[in-house]
This record gives sequence, C-alpha cells and structure tokens, in this order.
Amino acid sequence: MSAKWQSRLELAGIYAFILFMFIVISYPLLWAMGVSLNPGTSLYSATIIPENWSTEHYSWLFTDPNSQYLLWYKNTLIVAFWNTALSLLVVTMLAYAFSRYSFRGRKHGMYTLLLINMFPVLMGMVALYILLNILGLLDTLAGLILIYVGSSIPMHAFLVKGYFDTISRDLDESAKIDGAGHFLIFFRIILPLAKPILAVVALFNFMAPFMDFLLPRIVLRSSENYTLALGLFNLVNQEFSNNFTRFAAGSILIAVPIAAVFLILQRFLISGLTAGATKS
Amino acid sequence: MALSVIPGLGQLYNRRFIKGALFFTLFLSFFILFADFLNIGYWGLVTLGTWVGVDDSRALLIQGIVSVILTFFFILFYWMNFSDARSDANRLRDGWRITTIRSGFKEAWDKGVPYLFIGPGIFMMMFVLILPLLFMVSLAFTNYNIYNSPPRFLLDWVGFDNFKSIFSVPIWRNTLISVLSWTLVWTFVATTLQISLALFLAVIVNDKRVKFKRFIRTMLILPWAVPSFVSILVFAALFNDRFGAVNRTILSPFNVSIPWMTDPFWTKVAIIIVQVWLGFGFVFALFTGVLQSISSDWYEAAEVDGASKWQRFRQITLPHILFATAPLLIMQYTGNFNNFNLIYLFNQGGPPIRNQTAGSSDIIISWVYKLTFETLNYNMAAVISIILGLTVATVAFFQFRRTRSFKEEGKI
Repeated sequence: MSAKWQSRLELAGIYAFILFMFIVISYPLLWAMGVSLNPGTSLYSATIIPENWSTEHYSWLFTDPNSQYLLWYKNTLIVAFWNTALSLLVVTMLAYAFSRYSFRGRKHGMYTLLLINMFPVLMGMVALYILLNILGLLDTLAGLILIYVGSSIPMHAFLVKGYFDTISRDLDESAKIDGAGHFLIFFRIILPLAKPILAVVALFNFMAPFMDFLLPRIVLRSSENYTLALGLFNLVNQEFSNNFTRFAAGSILIAVPIAAVFLILQRFLISGLTAGATKS
Repeated sequence: MALSVIPGLGQLYNRRFIKGALFFTLFLSFFILFADFLNIGYWGLVTLGTWVGVDDSRALLIQGIVSVILTFFFILFYWMNFSDARSDANRLRDGWRITTIRSGFKEAWDKGVPYLFIGPGIFMMMFVLILPLLFMVSLAFTNYNIYNSPPRFLLDWVGFDNFKSIFSVPIWRNTLISVLSWTLVWTFVATTLQISLALFLAVIVNDKRVKFKRFIRTMLILPWAVPSFVSILVFAALFNDRFGAVNRTILSPFNVSIPWMTDPFWTKVAIIIVQVWLGFGFVFALFTGVLQSISSDWYEAAEVDGASKWQRFRQITLPHILFATAPLLIMQYTGNFNNFNLIYLFNQGGPPIRNQTAGSSDIIISWVYKLTFETLNYNMAAVISIILGLTVATVAFFQFRRTRSFKEEGKI
C-alpha cells in the first residue's frame, strides 16, 4: 500500500513541476501576444488580456505606407534562399572530401576548420566591413549572403562530415568498380543517402537570416535593404516604449511560422544532430 | 634534382613534357599576374602607407594579408612541384616507365579531385573568416583608435604596446578582470543550470507513468523554437523596472520591486534566468532523443539485480546521455561564452559602471563590440579578441580532440 502511495506522490510531484514549467514557458509568449492585440502604442497601459481587442498593429504592418514590413520579409526570403542553396553546395563538397579522400593537408585542414569554428564571426567584423566596402558590396543583400555562407561553413561541414562517415564505404567502392566517376558518386549515391543531415543544414541556413540581427546591422545601412530581424529590432530600439506593441505584432508573425516548422521537424532535427555529432 | 628549383624543368628532365609545361606556365603566370600586387602588398604591410591622407592604411593592410596568403599557397605549390619531380625521379630510377598522357591525366585527376571538392569552401572561408581574423590580429599591434583613424591619418606598428597597456593601465586592467570573471561565472552557471534543468525534465517526462508525453515534450521545446531575438526583447520588456510585468504583476502582491535593469547584481540574475529559459529546450530535446534510444533491457536487468533508482540513473542513463551528446554540450558552453545576442539585446551590457570601459553585465564579446562600434578603440578591441580567441580555442580544442569524429581516417 505504501509503495503505491509513494508512486502516486511522485507522479503528482512530476505533474506539478511540469505544470510550473508550462506556466513559466507560456507566460512571456502569451504576454507578447496579448500586448500585440492592445490598441495604442503605450507599453504601460498594455495588459496581457486586452480590455479592447484590436488588430490595428497587424493591419498597420501590412497597409500603412510607412511600414516596410513586406519589403523586409521579401529581403529575408531572398537571403535565406541563397544562403541555403550556396551553403549546401559548398558544405557538402567540403565534407565529402574530408570524409572520403585521403589527401595531403587533410588533417591540418580539419584542425584549421575546427579552430576557426571557435572564433566568433563578430571578431572579424571590422575587416569584413572594409572588405565589403572595397568590393562595393556594403549595404547589399549579396554581401550579407556571402558572409552568411562563409561563416556557416566550419560548423556545418563538421555535422555533414560526421554523417557521411556513417554511410558505408562499400557503396561507393562498388560504384567505383562499376566505373562511376567522382562527381557521379557524390551526387548520385552519397547525397541522396545523406538527406536527413542535408535537411538539418538546409533548415538551419534558411532560419539564420530570420533570427540574426547583428550581421545585417553591420552590413546593411538603408532601411529598404533591412531584413526582418533588423527592422523589428529598430522598431523597439529607437523608441522603446512607443513601438513595442507594433514590434510584438511583427514578431509574432515571424515567430509563429518558425516555431511551427521547428516543432514539426524537431524529431528529425534531433536525430540528424546527434547522428552527425556522435556517430552512434 | 637542382632543376626542380624552377618549376616544370624537373618534370621535363623526367621526360614528362606536358606536365612540365603545365607547371612552368602556372608558375610563370603567377609571377606575371601578381608581381605588382605582391609588391604593393608587402610594401603596405611593412610601412602601412607613407602619404598622409592618400594611403589608406587599412586597405594596405588587407592587401598585405592577401599577399601573405597568396605567398603561402605559392610555397605550397612550389613544394608540391618539388616533391612530385623527386618522386618521379625515384620511380624512374627503380625502372618505372613513363605512363601515357591518358593514364597520367587520369592519375592527376584522381589525386586532384579532393582539392576540387574543398576548393570553393576553402576560398570562401579564406575571405570571410581567415582574412578578417588575421586583420584583427594585426590591428592589435597598431595604434588604430578614435584619435588616429584612417583615411585621415596613417597607422603605425607599435609592437606589444597595446598588450602592455591592457595589463598596466588601471582602467583597462580593472575592466578586463571584472569582465573576464563575470564571463566565466556566467558561462559556467548559466550553461550548467540549463543543462541540469533539461536533464531533470527529460528524465521525469520519460517516466513510463507520465501520460500525454508528446504534448508535454512539444510544450517544453517551445522556447527553442521561438526565434531568440524575439524572446529576449520580450523579456527585456517584462523585466523593465517601471513598466515590466515582472515587477508590476508577479512581484507586486509581495510588495517587492527589484531593480532588474539598474542594479548590477539583479541584472546578472535576470540574464541567467532568461538564458536558462532560452537554452534548456534544445538540450531537453537532445536528451529526450537519447533517452528513447536506450534499450529497456538495461533497466530491467538492473532492476532484477536490485539497483535503486538513483543507481540506475547514475550507471545507465547518465553515461548514455553524456556519451552521445558530449560535443553538443561543449558547444553549449562555448555558445554561452560568446552569447552576444542575449547580453546586448537584454540590457546593452548595462548598467554602466564608473571608471570602466564596459557595463556591469558585459561579457567579453559584447565588450569587444562596444569598443569596436561604439567607442572606436579598434586596437584594444583586437587585443581583447586575441585573449578571448585563445581562451576559447584552447579549452574547446582539447575537448573536441577526444571525440571520435576526429580519429576517423578518410580513405577511398
């Protein structure tokens, strides 16, 4: 009898803790949602459950001539698309060479890659700024894309290499005996088998421009080139308490789709990550 | 053998004419193409410009670094030519017959293909990561600050003066000590807390008596799924001293009002709370994935042997989890060490302290950002970056070397 009671007590404790976590997690999110539905721009009078519901901030984002929200959305999508496509190509090729070939400089190359991965990109910002200026790419989306692609290489190359290592070598050996060339093996055999990790890398690269505000802040100057994160940050940063409700509305419109994608794909993401990082 | 000093001639001597001609042309074209560039590059690197107002020291420095990189690749190519000629000569002496052009080409293609694969990636990293890093490192040895900035003035090499002054000038030394210690405390406390919370939650949700597992897990992963800059800015508003809901709604029944944004200690507490909220979801998802893959046979066998719950956790669960996720956990620590977004977005590193060049919640990376983009102390920012880079690199490097991904040799 006492064992049963103990078990019940334990279970109650578990549920109580989970409930507590639910409240802690959802409070800030619900608060932001509530605030975005408050009329007016004052943060002080805004409440989590609005007294008068209003969608004025949402319609402002889309219809007001001063709002550049849709433009920022378009910019972000452009950056996200090119970042994903270019990164995938460059990263998989690099990872394939490191995983399958033994060549002079391989070991040193891997150590260098790992070492570079440790340094935050922020450290090289001054040089990148000057370099983009010399190349005439400052305040352009192309410049931003180049930096995103380059800086994502080391970390993702390691993830992908780890995954390639788990794919049996017998497959490419036999294809080689059948006379398949290097690129044929790569594109027709290895890449299709590595779809899970490619999806993970693609997703991370696609999401990065939606979440990062720092690089755009340094590279982009004119507001018609802003990405979403930077544009929204400036909404709050300029006059904090004045535009917060508007910022909340704009953020929810990007947070909801991103969160949905992550939640739907989470199992997939996690298995890709642990397989790549640990080769279990 | 002496002929290999000039690339191509060694190959000609070995009677591999096409290969020799190819090497020779490459070598020659390198010189013709880059001679001018290299000349100016090295001149710029040494002098950093001589005409005040005309030469831009920063551009010259970049050209100098590019020259160094080019030279490095040139030496690599040169060395490859040398060893190629030697190995061919050795093979010839051993009675090996020169291959036809066709099979020679095939051999070169097989050997060269890995370089073709890594080429684009290496090229991009060269310009986006390595060149800027080298540039930053060199800035640490110049006098580039707000009073002496190109293009109006020229930069000069100052040796280790900046390093000396960061350890001897009181304002720099004090700031360095306080920022460094807070960075270490922050990294250790915040990361350990978020990992422990994630571990605890993963284990209790995995308990077979708990129902609605899917729903609970989805809810717990939510903080990871929401873009972090949104959550951080929302938290910054929630913790606002006067308007924030934390003081106005949650703490007001207890008649407490905490200066979250204006008191150094409470800002740090708030930042750690926010990071635990932001960070535990991802680690929780990782741990859950591993937990589900542990076979239940282990636990049943342990139960038969009479192992207590705690023993089962210590001996089965923990080793499994840590083994599978170790590199990702290390990445959590290094990630927090460089967690610029949170520190900067939450309170801009504030509140400020007198007689220091950093705010009280500034970690090294946000301090570097401030020095670079707000107070334009480029040389000092570079010195601190070097200290930061060396710290992170040494710690993480030794940890990563133990992971298996490194020991695997690539062979085809």
